Amino acid sequence: MNTRGLRSQLKDSVPVTGMGPQVGAYGVQDTLRSGFSSVKNELLPSHALELSEKNFQLNQDKMNFSNLRNIQGLHAPLKLQMEYRAARQIQRLPFLQSSHLALDTLKGNDESISFEDILNDPAQSEMMGEPHIMVEYKLGMM
Amino acid sequence: MTKSTRQPRTKILINSGMALSNVLEIPTSGFNFENVARNVALEGLLEGGQTKTPKPMKTGTTIAGLVCKEGVVLGADTRATSGEVVADKMCAKIHYISPNIYCCGAGTAADTEKTTDLLSSNLTIFSMNSGRNPRVVMAVNILQDMLFRYRGQIGASLILGGVDCNGNHLYTVGPYGSIDNVPYLAMGSGDLAALGILEDRFKPNMEMEEAKELVRDAIHSGIMSDLGSGNNIDICVITKQGVDYIRPYQESEYKDKRQKRYKYGPGTTSILTEKIVPLELEVVQETVQRMDTA
Repeated sequence: MNTRGLRSQLKDSVPVTGMGPQVGAYGVQDTLRSGFSSVKNELLPSHALELSEKNFQLNQDKMNFSNLRNIQGLHAPLKLQMEYRAARQIQRLPFLQSSHLALDTLKGNDESISFEDILNDPAQSEMMGEPHIMVEYKLGMM
Repeated sequence: MTKSTRQPRTKILINSGMALSNVLEIPTSGFNFENVARNVALEGLLEGGQTKTPKPMKTGTTIAGLVCKEGVVLGADTRATSGEVVADKMCAKIHYISPNIYCCGAGTAADTEKTTDLLSSNLTIFSMNSGRNPRVVMAVNILQDMLFRYRGQIGASLILGGVDCNGNHLYTVGPYGSIDNVPYLAMGSGDLAALGILEDRFKPNMEMEEAKELVRDAIHSGIMSDLGSGNNIDICVITKQGVDYIRPYQESEYKDKRQKRYKYGPGTTSILTEKIVPLELEVVQETVQRMDTA
């Protein structure tokens, strides 16, 4: 299978300038949902915590893996990341909600509750991606 | 951020850069910052005008705790304010964390409530997994991680007290994630007054009754000297044997008594006129549906 379909798992953290234009349908600014566009809104985060929250899980993982590497050697994070990568592939089609049960169990998220579990549950999201495009993207045909 | 939308099939001809950002955005769980810019703009608009944004409910507050010979005594007042108005006269500020740990919360009422709820849930999961009561240091560490992660935006100053296998503990956790382990403690807007009383009369290894009186006096001085604290005093005593949550330990001397009953009795409103209009209905169609009871 085309490996381009499997995106790199540990992407780099979103930099400050990665806020991006808020595109809606037809590639233009979605005024109804995100208000009038302004360059400042696109470049800078609007809240002190926005950037740190966006990158939080990523940064935690990086920190933990580098700690693990320093303590136990390279094999430890390598093995763990291999397991994460395997567990991450167990999911439904990209536009449907998957439970990520295996991944959660590996990461230990099944034994803790935080704001990620209460607020903004993706299963309750009112918007859905376009199924054909998302599947084509995932399979690397786009 | 949720930006994926339904797109008609023909419009895939947008250049792939834009479509990609549409496609890849899986809605992330947790806090959503979409409305922050709008809120800031709204606040600017409203401040000049007549309406003001509603103030969150704060537990102005005096909370105190101390470690005595047999356990830990926590005390709190019961007033919650919203701006200059008393929002709740009988607010419960001593929250349950686990059978052996209780937590007093000062700051924004919703923040303390939610944070202690989350903490309690996490520790319950832990107790179910391991079969033992959680230790106070566990609770403190979980709180510290959570509050530091949000850089003080969660306005919760907490006093955690509990008894576990290592002894009696009293910790304070600040809104930015700072912790302190001390034998006696006061937090909230009335903490200076309460701390004065505690500093004066605290001795290590006090007796239970003496400790309860000292905490009561500390909260009382906070209530007298601070506008954000008032009404009744709650006391929570945690020992190895169990927990005694006395609510209220002492009621305020300034309770208001309603002079009259304000409910309207029957016959208060007199009927002036009565007009009856019959509604005429005619049967247009009648269908009979047989039920199959075979």
